[in-house]
Amino acid sequence: MSIIETRDLVRDFKKTRALDRMTFSVEAGEAVGYIGANGAGKSTTIKMLTGILKPTSGHVRTCGLDPMRQRVEVARRIGVVFGQRSQLWWDLPLRDSFAILGAVHRMDETATRARTDLLVEQLEMGPQLGTAVRSLSLGQRMRAEIAAALLHSPELLILDEPTIGLDVLSKQRLREFLVAERQEQGTTLLLTTHDMGDIERLCDRVLVVDHGRLAFDGTLTGLAGTVGAQRILVIDLAQPTPDLADVPGATLVESESDGLRQRLSFDAEATTVAAVLAHVSSRHEVRDLTIEEPDIEDVVRRIYAASGRG
Amino acid sequence: MAETTLSQRLRPYRVLLASRARAQMQYRASFVTDILGTVGVGLAEFAEVWVIFHNVDVLGGLDFTAALLVFALSNLAFSLADMFVGHLDQLPRYIRAGQVDAFYVRPLPLLAQLMTSDLSLRRVGRLSVALVALGVALTTADIAWSPATVALIVLTVVSGTAIFSALFTAAGGLQFFLVDGAEFTNAFTYGGSYAAQQSQQVFPDPLRIFWTFVVPTAFVAYIPAVAILGLDDPLAPSWLAWLTPVAGLLAWGIAATCWRLGTRHYQGAGG
Amino acid sequence: MKTFWLLLRAGFRRHSTYRLALLAGMTTNSVFGFIRASILLAALASAGTAIGGYDAPTTIAFVWWGQALLGTVNLWGFAEVKDRVRTGDIAVDFLRPVDPQIAYLAGDLGRAGINLIGRGVPALLLGALLFDMAWPPSAVSWAAGAVSIVLAVVVAFSGNFVINLLAFWLVEIRGITLLWMITGGLLCGLYLPVPWFPDWLRTIANWSPFPSMLQNPIDILAGRVVGHDIASAVGVQVFWAVALLALGQVVLRAGRRRLEVQGG
Repeated sequence: MSIIETRDLVRDFKKTRALDRMTFSVEAGEAVGYIGANGAGKSTTIKMLTGILKPTSGHVRTCGLDPMRQRVEVARRIGVVFGQRSQLWWDLPLRDSFAILGAVHRMDETATRARTDLLVEQLEMGPQLGTAVRSLSLGQRMRAEIAAALLHSPELLILDEPTIGLDVLSKQRLREFLVAERQEQGTTLLLTTHDMGDIERLCDRVLVVDHGRLAFDGTLTGLAGTVGAQRILVIDLAQPTPDLADVPGATLVESESDGLRQRLSFDAEATTVAAVLAHVSSRHEVRDLTIEEPDIEDVVRRIYAASGRG
Repeated sequence: MAETTLSQRLRPYRVLLASRARAQMQYRASFVTDILGTVGVGLAEFAEVWVIFHNVDVLGGLDFTAALLVFALSNLAFSLADMFVGHLDQLPRYIRAGQVDAFYVRPLPLLAQLMTSDLSLRRVGRLSVALVALGVALTTADIAWSPATVALIVLTVVSGTAIFSALFTAAGGLQFFLVDGAEFTNAFTYGGSYAAQQSQQVFPDPLRIFWTFVVPTAFVAYIPAVAILGLDDPLAPSWLAWLTPVAGLLAWGIAATCWRLGTRHYQGAGG
Repeated sequence: MKTFWLLLRAGFRRHSTYRLALLAGMTTNSVFGFIRASILLAALASAGTAIGGYDAPTTIAFVWWGQALLGTVNLWGFAEVKDRVRTGDIAVDFLRPVDPQIAYLAGDLGRAGINLIGRGVPALLLGALLFDMAWPPSAVSWAAGAVSIVLAVVVAFSGNFVINLLAFWLVEIRGITLLWMITGGLLCGLYLPVPWFPDWLRTIANWSPFPSMLQNPIDILAGRVVGHDIASAVGVQVFWAVALLALGQVVLRAGRRRLEVQGG
């Protein structure tokens, strides 16, 4: 069953077309990354999926319902987090926000408490339950927002920039939680982000929207392949080393400081990080390594160029 | 059975309102200050009536006691409406904070959520001034008490609150369009409250028609007060007082239209 | 002086961007003007004579000048300075070459200017068009009235400025702000002319700075106060302006010392 379905969805603001004949569908259980530059049409799509915004024309169904006419029913079945806007009660302890949302979703108190306990345990938020929301750190608040959106066990979770502004550790905890939650509950996920790491960890499928049009629909590896955006492995070596020119499946991009740091690009479909690393470390002493992901803005720019409209 | 269903249906709103009350109680000192502040506002409003009657014995056909009754009834209705839904005219602030979008993704009607998103308990200050004034007016005035009088007073307070609530709701609906010009609606919310506490006889005919048929604040206090006191105003016969609920219903009809137009505009324009 | 002028113009421009808000304010002021004019005229009709020196045309002038000056004079106060004290941003104001009090005063005069032009004058003209209103009786009244309006803005500003600065010592100044607003609103002559008050209340009002914020310019412009009395009405305003500005300087310096001792 399609959880999200749009057909020829169009939205105009005054004279500009924000979304142009957007057609895609998301099946139950899928995890889809929805990416694009700022102003490409991501928020517009989400607002139409949730009934906040009326389409200019075209067809949209969320959980099989018309979000404009059946907004309340849709709201019962989805959970939404707008990254920059809190949906919690900032002047009350966090615990109260869960209790209120439980009542809003007409869950009984026992069910609310059980579900809150579970989410709080998984997100390790126990110590913060008594803290006023406004005193939470950004990372804690974002985890609380996601827990709040999942409280009523929605079929579809929509996350709009959930990791924006978070530190590395907070991002990681959030992603780990979402992976586990999806494994257990099979919640469908639609995620907009500027962070390629989010997509890589969480999504099986990527939609790229560009100037209001669907520019790509497929896997992340497929996306990287399409535009030639490759991941870069940065290797720090113990000794100055000649160029690592002979690693299978990888090409040397750059060598710094007499070969103390070398950058190799590799195609994720041809080889793996582990294979590249094994090859290098069998010959040289490796001190450190990092992976540079292709930047989303960069990927989108390339798609734009590739689609020949640039 | 039907009772439990109703109570279940209302539970979200009860929980929302209780949470608002709790939040205000957290800062006890400033809460008390705010209550005293609204007492002060109520007293200042009363002082205006009192100073006028220091200079004249009759104003717009009413003596001081009658004017006090009008003052009390309108202030009672206004503070009740202001307490429950007065924040509706803060809509631009809600829109800017993204709060309206958050309401859209919750499974309750938008207006009901907005109404229960705040509860200005501090207004009990002004409410208590109105109650004291009502008590004094009802005991000192020459009233031919009957069950009908009591019924009329209760009906007036309920309908008056409904009329002011409708004005706030209409203001909220219009503010989806106005945003920067939100103060426009003060003209008929706060302006309406100011007009309601006057003897309608002070107004020239066009204004009197306006405050009776366009913004029906004459029904909040003056028209019922004339009936309660058995006064003589050919333009406010006592049977008209019983039409106060009708005025409330009509006001709500307009308010609902304004609100629907407003939300439709919001969904059309995207905020 | 040049800086003062620049700051004043900046305040003027900053507030002139909200055209719709000005129009909205003017509409609300006018509605209140209609209601108040109706009440006061009914009171005059009931009394059968002038009350406290106000007859019908001067009463109309009282009402509409009051509504016109309501947005001009900052009667309800402002919170900007208080917020800056609370966040510590006031330290930045101390670093600037202009005295903070003078800088904020310039900004407030600019705000007053645009509100008088964009919101006050249209309301006044509407009132004059629909009612029989008394105009200032002489060129002296016009000129003195203009000076009196500026002084009213200065008195209201400097009073509020002192209250804002109390945030240096008090955690919460909301109670004081509320008290100031409520007593001020009653005693400044917005709802009813101060001469209508019973003796004791009028005495309290006349010993307070509040009539200098509204009643005095209105008295001059409505022509209730003429001749030598104009000089004393303006004189009282000058006294309050100087006194409150001086008090503001004292409090500002004390606040600055406190900031330096506590290190912000």
